[in-house]
Amino acid sequence: MYRLKYTAASIVKYASLLLGAFAALIPIVVVLFASFKTNKEYGASSPLTPPDNWLNFANYSKAFINGKMLLGFGNTVIIVVISIIGATLIGSMIAYVLNRFQFRGNKLLMGAFLLATLIPSVTTQVATFRIINFFHLVDTRFAPILLYLGTDIIAVYIFIQFLESISESLDESAMLDGASYFTIYWRIILPLLAPAIVTVVIVKGVNIYNDFYTPFLYMPSEDLQVLSTALFKFKGPYGSQWEVICAGIMITILPILIVFLALQKYIYNGFAQGSVK
Amino acid sequence: MVFKNLSYKTQRKVIIVAFSLIPVVLLFTFAYLPVFNMFKYSFTDWNGYSKSYDYVGLENYKTIFTDSKYFTVFKVSLYYFAGSFVQLALALYFATILSFNVRFKNFFKGILFFPYLLNGVAIGFIFLFFFRPDGTLDTLMQSIGLGAYTQGWLLNPKIINISLAGASLWRYMGFNFIIFLGAISSIGKDVYEAAEIDGANRWHQFRHIILPSIKSIVQLNMILAISGAISAFDIPYIMTSGSNGSNTFVIQTVTTAFKYNKLGLASAMAVVLLFIVIIVTLLQKLLIKEEK
Repeated sequence: MYRLKYTAASIVKYASLLLGAFAALIPIVVVLFASFKTNKEYGASSPLTPPDNWLNFANYSKAFINGKMLLGFGNTVIIVVISIIGATLIGSMIAYVLNRFQFRGNKLLMGAFLLATLIPSVTTQVATFRIINFFHLVDTRFAPILLYLGTDIIAVYIFIQFLESISESLDESAMLDGASYFTIYWRIILPLLAPAIVTVVIVKGVNIYNDFYTPFLYMPSEDLQVLSTALFKFKGPYGSQWEVICAGIMITILPILIVFLALQKYIYNGFAQGSVK
Repeated sequence: MVFKNLSYKTQRKVIIVAFSLIPVVLLFTFAYLPVFNMFKYSFTDWNGYSKSYDYVGLENYKTIFTDSKYFTVFKVSLYYFAGSFVQLALALYFATILSFNVRFKNFFKGILFFPYLLNGVAIGFIFLFFFRPDGTLDTLMQSIGLGAYTQGWLLNPKIINISLAGASLWRYMGFNFIIFLGAISSIGKDVYEAAEIDGANRWHQFRHIILPSIKSIVQLNMILAISGAISAFDIPYIMTSGSNGSNTFVIQTVTTAFKYNKLGLASAMAVVLLFIVIIVTLLQKLLIKEEK
């Protein structure tokens, strides 16, 4: 009896997992199928039918070249790399000062950074736009970079939490050797923050790579398109050529799939830690 | 003079100022100044570009709460709100079964999480394709004999928000799932073993061990679901631009500001949204503090 119940439970368990996996995969798999179909084949076949020729890359080259995806990749990489390096440096610097030095205004400043995590940036765009405009930065790469550095405070938060677990006796023994505060930050604190930096790189990297709203609003020029805005432009001209749009979708998915497969463990940990505020 | 030759007292002052300057300037310029300006604009009739504007008092706020065009969009967030509870339930279910012995555990974990990493635009297009007439969903339904129930998923104003909330669920479920999984895995193995000796089955273990230990994480995610539902933007904007009754509060704010150039009114809407989100977040902090 127990055995029977156990088997039934096990069937339900695997059936639900398979159903979940199917629901997660099917919307992507049909896009993959369509991306290899010719226009005629696409019109004649059901979305669930695999393509006749898995090596038909015509849609991919069309999407990649006409959609200027390479340009999008380039801009995305520039913005992601600069924003992440900047956020890591700025975040760790302010976290170091706030965590290691007691000074007047310390608590106030800490509060100001934590309070800012409550402001959802999507609500303030209306006013933020005027500020970026005031500095004449609309339609430059500086607009998103500055916003990613200034409004997403999550890095500061993660660093402060992590610094609390790094013993101050390390700083003190370095001071006995005559190390300056800057040396302590650069040679001791920053390297020890490595696990927290990995978390910040992953959480911010994924957020920036996926962000549509900021580049869409602040960088309308075609030269400055990032991956998400490049893909968004497919909506007009290729409205009736779904096989080309599907190829464009797959082009944006591929890099993130490769990164995911390579860094799975870090990515899971990164999100698990980055979210527990 | 070289920095390291300064006394620690002087060094301290220098480093506090040098290390705080840029972060603090960025924080105030891009996080606090917009909030401050937004409050100011919300009492004006500014169009966003002219040199002058007039103060109109609470006029904008009155419009938001009396003109049905503006407050009905809150109803749309209810769909996303309901959707996010289904999303949390699914995430909790999958996290629980995958925290026990399961074959191909990493495979399932990866697949369930992966959608969260995708680009919002890619997801929007994927679901435009999914919901098209004679698209993936219709074909799937026909193949299992439900062909009679197919709908204009994105055309029918009665259904469109359910479809969009579904796409949103697909996108974010993996995130809650991985957080729950992380929280469950931090429960010691010996607790389950002790429970098993006492004859507890899986449901008992879930009810009396897992659920109590991750209660605060679940609460946190529920409250995030509220602010998430009110600020839904990406998916409906990319997929339908807010047409057919799928307009959300944020889409409405953005179009009011940048399309109709009513910056004052849009600012008032943003202030309302900000207040809701902050109240919800504070409520959450209070609840969690009480627990501790």
